[in-house]
Amino acid sequence: MTGHCAAKAAFAAALLDPALPVPAGVVSPRGTPDAARFAVHRNNVFVALVAALEARFPVTARLVGDAFFRAMARLHADARKPSSPLMFEYGGGFPDFIAGFPPARGLPYLADVARLEVAWSRAYHAAEAEPLALEALSVGPPEALLLDRLAAHPAAALVTSAHPIGSIWSAHQGPTVAPVADWRPEAVLVTRPAATVQLHILPPGDAPFAAALLAGATIGAAAEAALAGAAGDGGFDPGRALVGLVRTGAFTARQTATERTSP
Amino acid sequence: MPLASNSPVCARLPQRAGLGLKPGHYRRILDDRPDVGFFEVHAENYMGAGGPPHRFLEEIRALYPLSLHGVGLSIGGAHPPDRRHLARLRALVERYRPQSFSEHLAWSSHGAGYLPDLLPLPYTQETLDRVCAHVDAVQQAVGARLLLENPSAYVLLADSRIDEADFLHDVARRTGCGLLLDVNNVMVSAVNCGFGPAAYVDRFPVHLVGEIHLAGYDETVDGAGDRLLIDAHGSAVRPDVFDLYRRALRRTGPTATLIEWDNHVPGLDTLLAEASRIDDAIAAAAVTRSAA
Repeated sequence: MTGHCAAKAAFAAALLDPALPVPAGVVSPRGTPDAARFAVHRNNVFVALVAALEARFPVTARLVGDAFFRAMARLHADARKPSSPLMFEYGGGFPDFIAGFPPARGLPYLADVARLEVAWSRAYHAAEAEPLALEALSVGPPEALLLDRLAAHPAAALVTSAHPIGSIWSAHQGPTVAPVADWRPEAVLVTRPAATVQLHILPPGDAPFAAALLAGATIGAAAEAALAGAAGDGGFDPGRALVGLVRTGAFTARQTATERTSP
Repeated sequence: MPLASNSPVCARLPQRAGLGLKPGHYRRILDDRPDVGFFEVHAENYMGAGGPPHRFLEEIRALYPLSLHGVGLSIGGAHPPDRRHLARLRALVERYRPQSFSEHLAWSSHGAGYLPDLLPLPYTQETLDRVCAHVDAVQQAVGARLLLENPSAYVLLADSRIDEADFLHDVARRTGCGLLLDVNNVMVSAVNCGFGPAAYVDRFPVHLVGEIHLAGYDETVDGAGDRLLIDAHGSAVRPDVFDLYRRALRRTGPTATLIEWDNHVPGLDTLLAEASRIDDAIAAAAVTRSAA
């Protein structure tokens, strides 16, 4: 390690650990170490990390208030640094951090709302792709449809929760917050068929179907899995569910069995 | 190392005031098409695969000159610039054909990952050689001439042996890169490190300056009670920085000048008024020079 490299390592270490003294050779014009000056750099790093989380998790922040959010974000920033300069990607691990953060235990839905916000920002930055047109489903014999798969759109993601995370998210988009009337589990499909990110709260029973399709199952296999899960309540209609999902823009192509097997 | 003449960054920025492009202003800019010399974006904010950032930037780029300003390349780092990051920069340069491409004389990556700040390096023969190698690598990989920006300093590094303006001049001479003169950084560093801001501007190699940056600083004190300026980017340009800017313009001649207002971002009208003040100063510099 060269002198320059070692000095940088010491500088970075002291930057990240306030218990460490100002590194050797880092001085004020008086020629002495000055913690207040070094703290400017330390502060810049953590202010930027907290600001990146505030930008990516606005609803999560609103649910707990700015002071709580910044304290929680700061602790996460202590534990996890960005792996790249793409700050809009920072915070992918924040929902798991929230799930294990004891002071947030009173809000059991908080981590799932944060997961939804991760999916939202990923969809926002996802690659452009033309969504599958509904007419593609009516091409060819109906039984062939069951053997086909649907290619997931780059923006599409499904976030499931034991809490009404989609309703909570929607309730916090305006200046005032309307209470969530129906407190029940929700599965939210995030899509961005064109310029705007969309959130779709799926009908109960559709989530396993959507999850299987997004994971690459054939339409027939996905429907069977969903029907098995819905055993007895008769609430799942594969045809209605498929049309609804394709309309959200969650898929880009219908792939036949031959397309899949061809190299 | 000289660059091929078919470099994607060809034309220069207009000799006008420019603004940082903020998502909150996308719609207004497209609807009203304000008379702004150019817009500047942080390259890293447009490194996603797609979505609204690119959709808006494409539309705005079709109407205005563009400056691409990187904050994450770590040119002053101990290791060569990250190849994936260089590839992302090249893709942006090829897609948007900016009139200017710039980065900082600073470092931000080291072992622990990316540290979102512009950290100082000592100016020595060792770091000069390394920075030159990194600038060469950047210009070759991105296919564009880089403007290297003078940093803002809060501390002195006892290992430094070379004057900052000389260091920048040497990097430019050896690599063919240009320089970005951040006048607010000059004031911040001068106050914080105890040198004269006017003297720095007076000996800066102005023939290499392709763009000027301006911003507002915040003010506090260090542990000894001495004045400590913070490069905050959260207010209008302070009067002493504006005076220093006029002094710099007298040497550089009319030069594209960006207002960096990244925190507590005001409404577009406030930014346009600030830009108008700078356009006036640039125009005055043109008159002064032609009269001289």
